[in-house]
Amino acid sequence: MMVTLNKDVMSIVKEQDVIPFRNRIKEYATKIGMGLVNQTKLITAASELVRNMLKYANGGKVYIEVVSKGRENGIRLSFEDKGPGIPDINLALKDGYSTGKSLGLGLPGTKRLVSEFNIASEVGKGTTVTVVKWKNG
Amino acid sequence: MEKIPILRMGKFLLVTIQVDLYDRLAEALEADLVQMVKKTGAQGVLIDISAVSIIDSFMGRIIGNIATMSKILDAETVVVGMQPAVAITLVELGLPLKGVHSSLNVERGMELLRTKINLSEGQSDDDGYAE
Repeated sequence: MMVTLNKDVMSIVKEQDVIPFRNRIKEYATKIGMGLVNQTKLITAASELVRNMLKYANGGKVYIEVVSKGRENGIRLSFEDKGPGIPDINLALKDGYSTGKSLGLGLPGTKRLVSEFNIASEVGKGTTVTVVKWKNG
Repeated sequence: MEKIPILRMGKFLLVTIQVDLYDRLAEALEADLVQMVKKTGAQGVLIDISAVSIIDSFMGRIIGNIATMSKILDAETVVVGMQPAVAITLVELGLPLKGVHSSLNVERGMELLRTKINLSEGQSDDDGYAE
């Protein structure tokens, strides 16, 4: 059972919002005592997801939560946008696939960097990506 | 707009990234650096990323681009001072920065650049019709 201890929301509408957003995650991660390597992985993952959100959906909202399950503490990030949605999620999760000009590492790479990864998308309505990084995970 | 300073040191260009880069700043650096290579005829580019705490796929691509573009303009690129956590993250992300030379610190990076340049000069001498 996952319990939310603290909840924060940030809206991301332009590129310059990304750096304060990264700093906010770093603050929370430091507060729960997450190590530097896991912090770096989490922030890098967040950076990839937020870039996708800006590029494909012109921005959206991110919920930052401190969560706890049993003895483990962690950070949960939910990226919500009202963009075009992803028609084929499995394809989008494949290494090297991209509709843009990028390397296609964003989603599959992000998945490798976090402990839990979930994506829900409806064409024409938007996409929500939720990731969890445990303090020691 | 902010700018990342590019310093000239003899045959080399030296870039120290001290701030968190957002996309446009990174793209501007890429363009400036390539222009500078052409303008100064530099043979080596040294990028110090010891203060960079996050390299995502976009930043990784910019670094790769700088190395490839400089190579075409006959300059070698060395990236120095990467933090261990960043290296771990890059490999797990699936971006091992192929084709980019790296060194642990500035001193070793300079040394590597010097060897690389001497090496390529040596090679071009051998290309002739000697003996």
